[in-house]
Amino acid sequence: MLDSGLSELQAALAAKKISSVELTRLFLERIGSLDGRLNAFITVDEGVSLAQARAADEARARGEVGPLAGIPVAHKDIYCTRAVRTTCGSRMLENYTSPYDAHVVEQFGRAGAVLLGKTNMDEFAMGSSNETSHFGPVRNPWNTGLVPGGSSGGSAVAVAARMAPVATGTDTGGSIRQPAALSGVCGLKPTYGLVSRYGMVAFASSLDQGGPLAKSAADLALLMNVMVGHDARDSTSLPRPKEDYARALDLPLAGLRIGLPQAYFGEGVEPGVRQCVRAAIAWYERHGARTVPVALPNAALAVPVYYVLAPAEASSNLSRFDGVRYGHRAAQYEDLNDMYCRTRAEGFGAEVQRRILVGTYVLSHGYYDAYYLKAQKVRRLIARDFAEAFKLCDLIMGPTSPTTAFPLGAKTEDPVQMYLNDIFTIPAPLAGLPGLSIPCGFDAKGLPVGLQIMGEHFAEARMLGAAHQYQRDTDWHRRAPTETPL
Amino acid sequence: MAWEIVVGIETHAQLRTKSKMFSGASTAFGAAPNTQACAVDIALPGVLPVVNAAAVAHALRFGFAVGAAINRRSVFARKNYFYPDLPKGYQISQYEMPIVAGGTLKIVLPEGEKTVRLTRAHLEEDAGKSLHEDFQGMTGIDLNRAGTPLLEIVTEPDLRGAKEAVAYARTLHALLRWIGVCDGNMQEGSFRCDANVSVRKAGDDQLGTRCEIKNLNSFLFMEQAIEFEARRQIEVLEGGGRISQETRLYDADRGETRSMRSKEDAHDYRYFPDPDLLPLVISDEMLAQARDSLPELPDARRGKLVASYGLSHAQADLLTASIETSNYAIAAFEGAPQARWPDMANWISGPLSAKLNESNLDIGASRVAAAELRRLAQKVEDGTLSGKMVKDVLDAVWAGEGGVDEVIGKRGLQQISDAGAIGRIVDEVLAKNAKQVEDYRAGKDKAFNSLVGQVMKATQGKANPAQVNEILKARLTR
Repeated sequence: MLDSGLSELQAALAAKKISSVELTRLFLERIGSLDGRLNAFITVDEGVSLAQARAADEARARGEVGPLAGIPVAHKDIYCTRAVRTTCGSRMLENYTSPYDAHVVEQFGRAGAVLLGKTNMDEFAMGSSNETSHFGPVRNPWNTGLVPGGSSGGSAVAVAARMAPVATGTDTGGSIRQPAALSGVCGLKPTYGLVSRYGMVAFASSLDQGGPLAKSAADLALLMNVMVGHDARDSTSLPRPKEDYARALDLPLAGLRIGLPQAYFGEGVEPGVRQCVRAAIAWYERHGARTVPVALPNAALAVPVYYVLAPAEASSNLSRFDGVRYGHRAAQYEDLNDMYCRTRAEGFGAEVQRRILVGTYVLSHGYYDAYYLKAQKVRRLIARDFAEAFKLCDLIMGPTSPTTAFPLGAKTEDPVQMYLNDIFTIPAPLAGLPGLSIPCGFDAKGLPVGLQIMGEHFAEARMLGAAHQYQRDTDWHRRAPTETPL
Repeated sequence: MAWEIVVGIETHAQLRTKSKMFSGASTAFGAAPNTQACAVDIALPGVLPVVNAAAVAHALRFGFAVGAAINRRSVFARKNYFYPDLPKGYQISQYEMPIVAGGTLKIVLPEGEKTVRLTRAHLEEDAGKSLHEDFQGMTGIDLNRAGTPLLEIVTEPDLRGAKEAVAYARTLHALLRWIGVCDGNMQEGSFRCDANVSVRKAGDDQLGTRCEIKNLNSFLFMEQAIEFEARRQIEVLEGGGRISQETRLYDADRGETRSMRSKEDAHDYRYFPDPDLLPLVISDEMLAQARDSLPELPDARRGKLVASYGLSHAQADLLTASIETSNYAIAAFEGAPQARWPDMANWISGPLSAKLNESNLDIGASRVAAAELRRLAQKVEDGTLSGKMVKDVLDAVWAGEGGVDEVIGKRGLQQISDAGAIGRIVDEVLAKNAKQVEDYRAGKDKAFNSLVGQVMKATQGKANPAQVNEILKARLTR
């Protein structure tokens, strides 16, 4: 059961082979036995989970069966939940419980899902290794001396180590795809505007997008069917007709044009990563797809552009954490200004403070044009590059991350090296495009490698179809981590 | 040496909407602290703003009313600063791309009309309130006002002196109420002005360095503050000093302005487009709806009262003090004898207005309905009532004694128009006032008025004055 996909779980629940309470208990036990080592969860409340599971079983008995009826789901701790606290990985919100559920949480609730727990994450989603969490780093189940990637590292590890069948994450510059790649699971960042940001604690509003993590592309499609939906409370939520993201899973690959950006295969990509990704692309070529070179001439500017725009938005988004109304407040202070300073110095970790400072700087009088405005212009150029590329191809493929998982502490002293780990995931969100990462092999160290598949706006079904075809013929995605055997 | 005082005004007008600028919470004034602040208003983690379409419609109506350009695409920006009553740590406002650009407002001055150019009007949200009293050294925060929709209306430096500034503010205040976008309640902070004041030598074409005076919440304070500030600047300059650009606060108790912060201390607000909100795009439908829902504007209404209802300009000005007053007047005029319209105008701005002020009521809540005023005019026209009796009847109707007809009946107020009855009274008066009769016959015209007065007194003012005149004259020349 722990290793099952969504359709197997749905079938078992429907056939009464297992109840939701039993299934939930199974995963809670797995969390109990593994999470002391992995630290993938910030909050697990068995009482809440089992009560929801019981309610799901009762609903099923009444004939009310939602698409995820009785299935346990782990939510990244960035999604507001009424049932348990929402910390966003920060001391600032260590004891904060939201009076409302995020839209994504509501959607899962309506689908009948059970809240299994809230997963660990980089503080306010700022990080690529899950080391900036106030609640300690998450460890990679393939090698617990390594990081799992971030910021949705807890969700990726929860799925990888079979502590949750599926999980939610959020992606701003790669926070779903990069940990999915480094932890050996599948993760999808949807087109900007498909998943409501209401109740998702904001990092960089113009980039943030919620998405699912799971063991297979087929599961991601089912999760997308639940997560996507127009929400009037988010002005950037797109009013679009309901889509079935599983509709293209069985579409043949014949005629598929795969764009290969040169920049994604150059220097800085580990040989082990390059080999696996090349092999995956060769598989696609063998199965009817053809490859075309595409130029993304401004892709190299994506990281600097991102590290102007995301901190700028973050510096403003995080101003509300001021100790006045909720969250952490310094115990002692001289005056109002001192209260702000101490509260924020104590409540925020070093990486969050660094980004607030950078963001404040680039928005300051006299610097705005040189940094923020220029970055916005380059952002538009990057989007234009993708539009040009997609005239030549249907999907773009390359590595998700230039490296496999790296040791804890290896990059914490050098933020720029850390930022460069997102070099391949940052372009897509700058252009609002969807990006998917699926396992495509292992390097010489036995660490998982992620294949990134990008598409045009709203190409998710096509991307998932291409991934599903690959997964029908390969078993990389079925391999469970060596350090957490079933 | 003549100095010219140059003033520009920024007004924050609270828009009349049921809910807030970016949330569904109520905007009603006076509720218990923090009972009208929802998750969005108190900026809980994860909440997002959604633009209030009614506030946008109000801004469009204002744009049309002042003949401004409507920007079909405007942008909400974040103005970042920390303050305990600013929950998000930024205010959502419009910066580089406001919804309303340009426009003019005509004001009436003793020396004639003047056209004031508007720079812009933009939508934004209000902050909450910090309550510094009552908390023993601590500050209370009330977020009921946080997120209330505001229209900030900015003029060019077109105003010359305090009187012009006040005339502008009054005209703007009346217009906003007229078109229904703002209730104009200054005590509740629905209409707040800041004045940018500078002085220069008459004839200079360069503007002097300006100081901004904040939060002038009454017309009187505005006048006093600008006058004080201009005098202060002139004294500094005449003493050889220089004006430094700063923000000043008016202290009404001391009647002076004092420095709040200098330009150097000014915040760097780090404006940038709010990524939570898409650019505000105005559709053709929204434009058409705003234009169609705009009432006849005060100027047009004034012209109509003069041209179609035969009122004097002064009467038309009085009746157009508010749209409710002019609507009431027009409702009363319809079906009333045309010859009485000017009288009716006087009744409205005279005795009725006095009653309304006395009871602190708006004309919409008048205890004398427009139909009763019309009835009053009819009763004067048909000779039942004399002009002198109008006020008494009106007061009686106000006091709840019934409608016009009922009051006349109950009080026996019918005018005496019976020639026989008047004749008898005239005879009695003549008999008792032989001296005046003699004086009149000796050519003293004043004596006649005295005799008329005696007759009216004897009839408690009920005698038809025209008939009294006529009968008296006939008797005296006999």
